[in-house]
Amino acid sequence: MGDINTAMTEQYRNDFLKEVEANVEEGQWVKMCMQCGVCSGSCPLGPAWEHPPQEIFMMIRAGRRDEVLKSESMWMCTSCYNCIVRCPRELPITHIMHGLANYAHRLGLAPKMNPTRRFAKMFWKNLTKSGRVNEIQLSVGLYFMDGFKTGVARAWAMKDIGLGMLKTGRLNPLGFVNHKGCKDKNGIHKMLKKAREIEDRRKGFAA
Amino acid sequence: MADVVATHETIVVVGGGISGMTAAVEAAETGKNVILLERTPSLGGRVNQLYKYFPKLCHPTCGMEINLRRLRANKRIKVLTLAEVSKVEGRAGDYKISVTLHPRYVNDHCTACGACGAAVSAEIPNPFNYGMSRMKAAYLPSLMAYPQRYVIDPSILGTPDAEKAKEACKYGAVDLDMKAEELTLSAGAVVWATGWRPYDAGKIQPYGYDRFDNVITSVEFERLSDPRGPTGGRIVRPSDGKEAKNVAFIQCAGSRDRNHLKHCSRICCMASLKQTTYMRERFGDEAQSTVYYIDIRAIDRFEDFYQKVQADSTVRFVKSKVANITEDEVTGDVILHGVDTEGYHRYDNRHDLCVLAVGMEPSVDVRTIADVAVDASGFIEMGATDGGLFGAGCATNALDVNRSVQSATASVLRAVQVVNRVAKAEG
Repeated sequence: MGDINTAMTEQYRNDFLKEVEANVEEGQWVKMCMQCGVCSGSCPLGPAWEHPPQEIFMMIRAGRRDEVLKSESMWMCTSCYNCIVRCPRELPITHIMHGLANYAHRLGLAPKMNPTRRFAKMFWKNLTKSGRVNEIQLSVGLYFMDGFKTGVARAWAMKDIGLGMLKTGRLNPLGFVNHKGCKDKNGIHKMLKKAREIEDRRKGFAA
Repeated sequence: MADVVATHETIVVVGGGISGMTAAVEAAETGKNVILLERTPSLGGRVNQLYKYFPKLCHPTCGMEINLRRLRANKRIKVLTLAEVSKVEGRAGDYKISVTLHPRYVNDHCTACGACGAAVSAEIPNPFNYGMSRMKAAYLPSLMAYPQRYVIDPSILGTPDAEKAKEACKYGAVDLDMKAEELTLSAGAVVWATGWRPYDAGKIQPYGYDRFDNVITSVEFERLSDPRGPTGGRIVRPSDGKEAKNVAFIQCAGSRDRNHLKHCSRICCMASLKQTTYMRERFGDEAQSTVYYIDIRAIDRFEDFYQKVQADSTVRFVKSKVANITEDEVTGDVILHGVDTEGYHRYDNRHDLCVLAVGMEPSVDVRTIADVAVDASGFIEMGATDGGLFGAGCATNALDVNRSVQSATASVLRAVQVVNRVAKAEG
């Protein structure tokens, strides 16, 4: 991963905007931002962001590569789409935020302990393993993400909801081990592998 | 209306606002016969509804008076009010214009004495004040109305009020049997000056114009500031009548927004800068104006006006498009939320009143009436065709008064060329 980072830094020296346009999902829109700020003001999690979207766009154009890619900010996006709906220039801001997060992750620059990143990885692993999400494994994984003690506390706090789901047949504890994956698990794995190859080739990531 | 004579050498001007009036007098003063059509009962248009207009902060009555004098002095101009154009057909030198003349129910005996208005009890919203006040259903459209004749609103026909109005008139001017008339006018050239209307602010959902009393539009603020307006010039809040000393102006309310109007409406920055001067005029040092903007576009050569307003200590500028507005239900205050671009500071600012600087859109969809090219926003394109229909003023673009008048004069020059060609051909 570190090597890709070095290669990209060389290739796009002093032109982070071009790098974003070429490699980040919907990155070609960044230059269209007119800095009105309506996205930042409309974000329900806005106060929790270190750099709101409008500022991220400005930082990209100012070439502040490290600060952007190592930022926790775009990992805060919950895909509510308020910003896209209100943006006077119809920038797909949500997608750009996810694109940036994904790019930072691919380069190995994303903050290692960011909970969104860790959960996204956990979700991806869970999903791709059998082609279908094992919800109970995923929930348990999420609760115990930060250790056994916090895991127990989190599970305990949710016990009423869990019991309710159990009663109404929405939760099957046996699913933890007895998980039905999709029919053609190997087919899915092949597709994902191919998709990854295509993406790597298109974006110029070393295999 | 048998006295309307129109030939292939006539220029028909559609719309009696500042652009249409200018076009009519300019064409007539070059010796052409002009018919000026206005849909409402009076000439004057939206400029007449302003308190003052920039940059010199003149009152519109002044410009109206000059134009009306030129208009009245010229026998070549025929003015038809309550005249709505439904179709324009033909080509340069040979147009047929279908017009509906709506009944005024008051004939030309009217002296504007006001007896009918006093006699009538029914009230209707006053469009001159954008519905912020009500008026009698027998009314003079505005103090500067031309023609100076009352109008009976059709809503009272068949009620005792209509009879009261008729009885009250000493001059026999009230004619309740008037019917709509259909006319077809001939013309060599047409000047299309139907102007603009304010963008429907209710469509800008996050700003709550349709939900909050103390969110108003810039055109409504003009009426509030005008001594002839609904409050006698007192700048007060619609919710409780309290003086609004702390006012927020939101720029680009609807303009420069792909969800609303794609174009920059051009006048709104100057309009809000001008309105901050109303605040200072009313409240002196106690005024607090805050302008929220993406960037200030003081069009033309008005940068000095912007600088003057910037130097005013009661005016604050916040570089930010406001994200949304909430209302304090107890006090009626409006709270503006957003993030500014100079430092990315999050704000929740409380104001007495919020004025949305709404954008301009064409007042009519001209394509349904005439065969003419329009741009993405519906404004008439200055075509390279050899047609004889020319847009003027805000029907062609978002323009201020000054540029509308220039645009009208330019269009008249083209219209005059067309009728001159016709005259030459007809010998």
